[in-house]
Amino acid sequence: MSTANSTVASAGPPERSLLHDPKVRGYAIQAILLILIVWLGYEIVQNTGENLKRLNKAFGWDWLGNSAGFDMSQSLIPYSSYRSVLVAGFLNTLLVAVLGIVFATILGFLIGVMRISKNWLLSTFATVYVETVRNIPLLLQLIIWYALVLKPLPDPRAALSLFGVVQFSNKGIYFPLPVFGGGAWLALALFIAAIIGAYVVRRWAKARQEKTGEQFPHFLTGIAMIVLAPLVGLVLAGWPLSFEYPVLGTGLIKNFSGGLPLYPEFVALLLGLSIYTSSFIAEIVRSGIQAVSHGQSEASHALGLRNSPTLRLVVIPQAMRVVIPPLANQFLNLTKNSSLAVAIGYPDLVAMGGTVNNQSGRIIEVMLIWMVVYLTLSLLTAGFMNWFNSRMRLVER
Amino acid sequence: MTDMLAYVRTEDAPRLPPPGRVSGPVAWAKENLFPTPFSGLATVVLGALFLYILWTLFRWAVIDAAWTGADREVCSVEGAGACWPFIKAKFGQWVYGLYPIAERWRVDICLVVGLLTLVPLLMPSVPYKLWNILFFLAVYPVMTFILLSGGVFGLLPVDTPSWGGLTLTLVIAVTGIVASFPLGIVLALGRQSAMPVVSLLSTVFIEVVRGVPLITVLFIATAMFPLFLPPGWKFDELLMALVGVALFSAAYMAEVVRGGLQAIPKGQHEAAKALGLSYWKMMALIVLPQALKIVIPGIVNSFISLFKDTTLVTTIGLFDLLGIVQLGFQDPKWASPQTPNTSYFTLAILYWVFCFGMSRYSIYTERRLHTGHKR
Repeated sequence: MSTANSTVASAGPPERSLLHDPKVRGYAIQAILLILIVWLGYEIVQNTGENLKRLNKAFGWDWLGNSAGFDMSQSLIPYSSYRSVLVAGFLNTLLVAVLGIVFATILGFLIGVMRISKNWLLSTFATVYVETVRNIPLLLQLIIWYALVLKPLPDPRAALSLFGVVQFSNKGIYFPLPVFGGGAWLALALFIAAIIGAYVVRRWAKARQEKTGEQFPHFLTGIAMIVLAPLVGLVLAGWPLSFEYPVLGTGLIKNFSGGLPLYPEFVALLLGLSIYTSSFIAEIVRSGIQAVSHGQSEASHALGLRNSPTLRLVVIPQAMRVVIPPLANQFLNLTKNSSLAVAIGYPDLVAMGGTVNNQSGRIIEVMLIWMVVYLTLSLLTAGFMNWFNSRMRLVER
Repeated sequence: MTDMLAYVRTEDAPRLPPPGRVSGPVAWAKENLFPTPFSGLATVVLGALFLYILWTLFRWAVIDAAWTGADREVCSVEGAGACWPFIKAKFGQWVYGLYPIAERWRVDICLVVGLLTLVPLLMPSVPYKLWNILFFLAVYPVMTFILLSGGVFGLLPVDTPSWGGLTLTLVIAVTGIVASFPLGIVLALGRQSAMPVVSLLSTVFIEVVRGVPLITVLFIATAMFPLFLPPGWKFDELLMALVGVALFSAAYMAEVVRGGLQAIPKGQHEAAKALGLSYWKMMALIVLPQALKIVIPGIVNSFISLFKDTTLVTTIGLFDLLGIVQLGFQDPKWASPQTPNTSYFTLAILYWVFCFGMSRYSIYTERRLHTGHKR
């Protein structure tokens, strides 16, 4: 798109051939590109149609209602048809992604803060952790967790038990399942009331501090309310809470029944994803805190704030502005990485899609489902990031 | 002002004790390990954990380990540690995969030439960078392809299913980076383009590919591309996987390059146009050299993640380094509880050395480039 012209414009527009007119060239290039793309799309559709015909298949969605003839090792919903299997797989993806995000964030913040600690051992430990974890492929880490840590656990008959409450075996980790009897609604109601109460106390404390400068430990009060209220509710209702403990079954293949099982595939995936992502989050947190200029904390100290309120009120809010966008990106990465579940046999969306494809040969439809689900998740994340960035942008006067 | 009190001290102030040590190991430990009681407690707990982990690893990998032996006997005894003879026996397979043993010299040539190309390319002081890059991007891939697949110049043909191990991992990673480099630049320029159709198409491609996991891209590449091709056309599985990896990494490369393009001040474009350069000359001579220089660390970082992601091809049945290692367990001659442990441990160290080395290089260039004009 040359805009320079060697002729001196003395009278009228300079003469040049149509070939060198940037506007004309632009339209021509775009037209050629469009024609190419349309031709490519047409060819693909034609070829696919022909190939499908040769394989005696047709594109459509009616097979979704057919019954899927395989079992899932873990499902949050009852399933029978292909549709419900895919939904269950998607829910499994969401489950591991949400829990992974929670753990990775907690661990990542902890390690990130440790990396800038003044304590030499703490910062060295954090550095070694980050450099080890993020330089080993996630798939290898997942396999190591699954094949070297969880699978070698003893058989259920010889399960390791933690005070007889939690049972570790190669069939999974079994926790006791809390069972609520009648009257437990009182505890739930009090719990919700306590959350609302904590919020009210916080608002009142802030308003009073704005007006009078007097402080009130609203955070501790809130925590105490939220913890104590359901306990009080349980006591008032006569303790309608019992635990269902896992017991060793009597079948030919020994395994626990009852309780709350976490299967080895799930635990390995959750551990691997959380630890791998936490190393990236730690780096984000570290660079975010270091991005806040030292003058900010010095100014805050000069105003008489101690270390803790300086961190809480001055440094972290400014660091968050730098931290959140790449953090959201890591959350998205974790969600996408959960698709590695297929390598260790956790029934997530990709693994289930693969199985459905093997059974029904519906690769195009399965692929469309994958793309729509993952693209929706990434668009949602992108939307959140844009919203957050516009909210957090420095308002300059 | 006569009643103003004055106070003059008549005797010396009591002598203060000398300050504690301010240097030396004790002072260092007090300052850096036990500054506060809480921090000191953390030091003790963490230090104990650290030492415990190190000691366990050392005992497993050195003291209890089997160092020599010809089969599983030495590794399957009670309380045995690492099974190093297995690694020794299988290491050739790890590097060359199932490549015919008599033809392994071809892989060696590719590895050596690749090393001889890459090392000068990464050293800033070596001249002829442009020729070096051109050789690496254009000549080297062709040479490697001819050498590895054979069939011409009297070379024995070797089918892609027998490519494997570290060789395959490097083939995938290098193909990914070599193909994604030009593709990524084109996509990044396309995304920045003033032509709406071009920028829309580039943006959609980049965002769609970046939005889905690599594993689905690989499934699509191996299971769907054959459906897209005219009936009767057939490509082998590796090629399909390579196309998938190349498209995937191109989308990420495009975003890295875009970061560099956006960091170049508008004045550079304007000055180039004022000099009468065409679009491509402006990009090739003025903008891209500056933009690419800034994003070298980003390019290295995306190469690191590409290198780690090559492990995913095991899920579509290719035997890359991870795949060949897992294949090795099935050898009944070596089946023992310690075989997988030792293999995965060694594998983790191998990947770690590669990735850590590359990340150090990325940090080194980042520091070196930090002196330039920053906006």
